[in-house]
Amino acid sequence: MSRIVALHLGLVALLLALNFLLPAYTHGNIARIMVLAVYAIGYNIAFGYTGLLSLGHAMFFAAGMYGTGLILRFSELSALPAWGVGLACGAGLALAVGLLALRTAGVAFMIVTLMFSQAVYLIILYFGAFTRGDEGFVIEAADRMIWGLDLGQPQVRYLAAWALFSVVLLISLRLVRRPAGRVFVAIRENELRARLLGYDTFRYKLLALVISGTISAASGGAYALLFGYAGASFATVQYSIFPLLWVLLGGAGTVLGPFLGTLFMFYLIDIASGLTEAYMLIAGLALIGLTLFAPQGIAGVIRARLWKDLP
Amino acid sequence: MSLILSTRGLSKSFQGLRAVHEVDFDLPQHQVRALIGPNGAGKTTFVSMLIGRLAASAGRICFDGRDVTDMPAHARVALGMAYTFQITSVFARLSAHENVALAARRHLGADQDAVEAEVQEALGRTGLADRADALAQDLSYGHQRLLEIAMGLAQRPRLMILDEPTQGLAEGEIAAFKALIRDLARDTTILLIEHNMAVVMELADRITVLNFGEILAEGTPAEIHADARVQAAYLGSGGDD
Amino acid sequence: MEFGPYLMLAMLEGAVLAAVLALMASGLSLTFGVMRVVNVAHGEFYMLGAVIAWFVAHLVGGGAALSFVAAAIIAPLAVGVLAAAADITILKRIDYDPERTIVATIGLLYVIQQVTLMTYGPDARPVEPPFNSRIALPWIEWGEGGPSLYFPWGLSTTSYKLFVIGAAAVLILAIRLFMTRSRAGLIMRATQLDSDMATAFGIPVERVYAAVFGLGAALAALAGVLIVPIQQAHYLMGGDALLLSFIVVIIGGLGSMAGTIVAAVLIGMSDGIISVFFSPTLAKIIATLLVALVLVFRPQGLFGTRDR
Repeated sequence: MSRIVALHLGLVALLLALNFLLPAYTHGNIARIMVLAVYAIGYNIAFGYTGLLSLGHAMFFAAGMYGTGLILRFSELSALPAWGVGLACGAGLALAVGLLALRTAGVAFMIVTLMFSQAVYLIILYFGAFTRGDEGFVIEAADRMIWGLDLGQPQVRYLAAWALFSVVLLISLRLVRRPAGRVFVAIRENELRARLLGYDTFRYKLLALVISGTISAASGGAYALLFGYAGASFATVQYSIFPLLWVLLGGAGTVLGPFLGTLFMFYLIDIASGLTEAYMLIAGLALIGLTLFAPQGIAGVIRARLWKDLP
Repeated sequence: MSLILSTRGLSKSFQGLRAVHEVDFDLPQHQVRALIGPNGAGKTTFVSMLIGRLAASAGRICFDGRDVTDMPAHARVALGMAYTFQITSVFARLSAHENVALAARRHLGADQDAVEAEVQEALGRTGLADRADALAQDLSYGHQRLLEIAMGLAQRPRLMILDEPTQGLAEGEIAAFKALIRDLARDTTILLIEHNMAVVMELADRITVLNFGEILAEGTPAEIHADARVQAAYLGSGGDD
Repeated sequence: MEFGPYLMLAMLEGAVLAAVLALMASGLSLTFGVMRVVNVAHGEFYMLGAVIAWFVAHLVGGGAALSFVAAAIIAPLAVGVLAAAADITILKRIDYDPERTIVATIGLLYVIQQVTLMTYGPDARPVEPPFNSRIALPWIEWGEGGPSLYFPWGLSTTSYKLFVIGAAAVLILAIRLFMTRSRAGLIMRATQLDSDMATAFGIPVERVYAAVFGLGAALAALAGVLIVPIQQAHYLMGGDALLLSFIVVIIGGLGSMAGTIVAAVLIGMSDGIISVFFSPTLAKIIATLLVALVLVFRPQGLFGTRDR
């Protein structure tokens, strides 16, 4: 077992151990951070590895959240199949958006994804009769059961979040070390060269976006199941900016970066919101500071200074 | 000998300006062909159409008996064309090893041992074996040019298009390059755009001269050397640079 | 009210929106045209204009007219200087890289918005217009004795709204003259065409960029000052305005001033009309999808021509 695999399994084991050690408040926070870190890992596949800077990933998160939530609200399906529907919604949306948006690049891609995501947000508001718009809706406790386990119960919730996070982390670790992941990086570094090495870069970018969108949807669906709520605020531009911020802070194009970034930013904002109502000020300052001084992020600095082969 | 590449009436114009005009070009297998011409003669435009970076305005391109005119660049590469850039275009922030591995993996797939063997061979033949772990951006300019060629080798192409490969190389590196091309010519076809006449005269089996987007002459190095029209074309454009 | 007068009312509301939008989008288009960067904080400059107008109205005193004039001078100046400072301290240092500029201006957006929240607070506050007489509008009725004029109940506008339309038109004309006739405008256009060449000719490109970024922001602030007597000032008002300006600039062809103004009239009017007759959410859904599709299939905009 290589040192790299050991490092990632070590994090997974640590997070499992923390389940039995943490005080209640932090325990709940870490569960939430793990679910959101899954979103960040998904975003990182597109942005960090493939160089697709999307400003609209909230639409994929929301597709998972509402796909799962609405199925539970209006059908007889149970939690796990509903979550599967949420994943499928995210994958389908990412495929459709990718087929259109990937005809553009750079700034145009950013704006096109922003616009599609805004349209999804507005559609959620427009169908307020089903989605209850801005208010959102609560997913009943009876619907949040998997194999007889209550996902609302803190221990179960933490372990479910941990399982999802672990699986997605290891999938992303494997993906980026596989040939396909290497092509993603090649496209990020120099798309024309990758194409002239014989890679159909459009299809690889589409693949990256669909994987990214599906993982984001997995996170959105899990959020709805574990915290029992779906609301339109999760589809706003702000929720497209968050994963960008987490990934930039943690280190774009690194496997551990998304988790580190989510963890740090969560606590930064948590502390700030205790001090002022204007806690998003922290996010703004962090975005400017990261762009100016540390575009590599935490894990990027570790890779540059300490551990060259960190994936 | 069968043709690996042929074009018929291949043309490209930019906003009415004719860059390449009705070029009929035939390249038999296992030949080293040089493409020369004064600056602005349309050489890079011509090969960009061959590889698919530019769409042709008119005409057809056949590669290995198949019409590839409407194929995207990556599909032509998959059929066995390779192209090295005039302006060095490597993956600057990846290691030399990974640069070559990306080129090898496309046709070798996930077979890690085969990829590794291919990478070692390509790096070895270009003399970059001891620089495998260096980031491409940390290599000297000459080494980056060689890395381009190593990436071409690792694709195992049946036609290799080299766009001014010796540009910016030192004398010693040019000698090594010539040896490499001679070695390569045994199992692949080479189309070489080159300004360095010494390299052209020494390596090419035949030479095609492009002027004002049209073929001016074609023949053996000796024939081209003696051709009055070719001399006039070079003198007319201010000489060979 | 009958359909005809109702439509006219909708068109008047649309024209006010179009005027303010054209002014604001001109600023966004100017920065994109000259500097090739997208300023996501543009909506916040608009919001700052409105908020500063409120502060001026409450600190200056001396009546609505005087404080309006004061705000129309102070707000664009203050916001312009702030934007120029942001250009020098942030954008210049990341070398105007298009993608990083967007990320940095998103940061700027949150900073401006949240600092406003901390100082100005979360409330929406009105500003009194400098003049505001109601103007009833006539409508033509085809009766038995031929056409006759009458004043339907509810069909009216205010003198201030008409002033906004006029003021925006005059300001946009002034920018056009400035860009085409003045020396400073010439320098800006030269920089737009080729910044390397401009540097070679001794144009201080960095200072031009700071000035253009400041000018673009000042236009947004001015739009904010104009709108605040109609719409209250609120720290979150920049978001929708930014989205609409994006739509206008993209449909008009990125960086094209004339296209931007045509698109502003089109979007403003149709938004006004559609919102009166249909759900505004549906109108917004259609508009955002339209913009995305325009960027995908006609990146030069609906009115632009492909330059490459």
